[in-house]
Amino acid sequence: MAAPPAVIMDGVNTSFGTNHVLRNVSLNVGQGERVVICGPSGSGKSTMIRCINGLERYQCGRITVDGIALTRDAASLKRIRRDVGMVFQSFNLFPHLTVLQNCVLAPMSVKGMKRAEAEALAMEFLGRVKIPEQAGKYPSQLSGGQQQRVAIARALCMQPRIMLFDEPTSALDPEMVREVLDTMVELAGSGMTMLCVTHEMGFARQVADRVIFMDGGEIVEEGAPDSLFAAPKTERLQRFLAQILRSH
Amino acid sequence: MGGYGSQFAAGILLTLEISVCSYLIGLIFGVLGASAKLSPWKALRLLGNLYTIIVRALPELLLLLIAFYVLAGAISGLAASIGLVKSDFAFNPFLVAVIALGFIQGAYVTEILRAGVLALPKGQSDAALALGLSFPVRWGRVLGPQVMRHALPALGNVWLNATKDSSLISIVGAFADVLKVSSLAAAATKDYILFYALAALCFLLISVVSMAILNALHIRSRRGLHIA
Repeated sequence: MAAPPAVIMDGVNTSFGTNHVLRNVSLNVGQGERVVICGPSGSGKSTMIRCINGLERYQCGRITVDGIALTRDAASLKRIRRDVGMVFQSFNLFPHLTVLQNCVLAPMSVKGMKRAEAEALAMEFLGRVKIPEQAGKYPSQLSGGQQQRVAIARALCMQPRIMLFDEPTSALDPEMVREVLDTMVELAGSGMTMLCVTHEMGFARQVADRVIFMDGGEIVEEGAPDSLFAAPKTERLQRFLAQILRSH
Repeated sequence: MGGYGSQFAAGILLTLEISVCSYLIGLIFGVLGASAKLSPWKALRLLGNLYTIIVRALPELLLLLIAFYVLAGAISGLAASIGLVKSDFAFNPFLVAVIALGFIQGAYVTEILRAGVLALPKGQSDAALALGLSFPVRWGRVLGPQVMRHALPALGNVWLNATKDSSLISIVGAFADVLKVSSLAAAATKDYILFYALAALCFLLISVVSMAILNALHIRSRRGLHIA
């Protein structure tokens, strides 16, 4: 039997009060697929990926992650969050814990891993993001780029099947964007299913199987990065790409 | 000092017992109060607001008098009337005192914890949820320590007040705490200066030791902050 799609969103709607943030969003992400989501701010792209691990509630529609239906039931959330890692714009490392403690907390408390095993795993992933020597430091002692790489390692320590990235480079100084993107490119090469909200078009071209353009809470256009960027069909995407190009 | 030394020692012990017990009860009321005020349910928020508004508005002595002479009697009377306890039952005065003092401190702790929770960056809770951390781990390991970082100095003030407010109970019951011992000794010997100075010294000692402990806790709670 073929593995179920990594993520299925079917007619998902979200609103905060009178603000309709997601309108009928439907999306199928295959195992190992790498999807980049772009769009102007307020287009609902962050809300969409935050729905996938239940950080945001949706009012109607259906979401299935790795074959598990996401409901309000705590057990489904728990199972899905074990499988889905997330990296945030503002890193969100726990400031009172060292890098190593940040990495071992979830494997030990959620998966019941022994400390020695969790620490060995953490060191392996800190090695993969190329900062094993920072393991004993606190987040505030690291640069933004290093903090974001720790955040990626922390998520990987749960050995997720899907990784969500919510504008992972938007809060970084320009000279640190590269090191984080390099880490993500390497991760993409390992076959991880990735959904990434970003405006880094170079990254999209390099790793994305598919780019999704959102505006006004709906998916306006999607396709392979080269065709989408070279020949945008809608006026909204043309306008968006022109703005992105102007600012780069 | 005519044998008052051992009475003072017992007085310090009682003052500390009342302070520690009432403070711990205050922390429990504070956690409950802050949870109520931050709850998504309106009725709980209202209850939390009533608690902090009323308790912080009234003089502590008045609240103690109400607890001792109105509530304790009413509750034990009610319990006796439905046959839960014998008709001559009376609450242990120590228990009434520490619960009443704890209830008062809890109102202040409520506000402190509430402010600490509101000061948490939302991303911390997001990250903890995304990692799948359970409620006890989220609050015990991630959010709680960060709330404490904000709250500790103010909670320290509540503790220092608790040590001093413990002396109020000598007004409502036969408690031989530091203040009561010193006033009895002073009245008996007419040596007011000596015994009140001694009482002051006892409170000063308690507070100096407390501050040293609070300071150590504060430094620990700030680990990871502003080192770079």
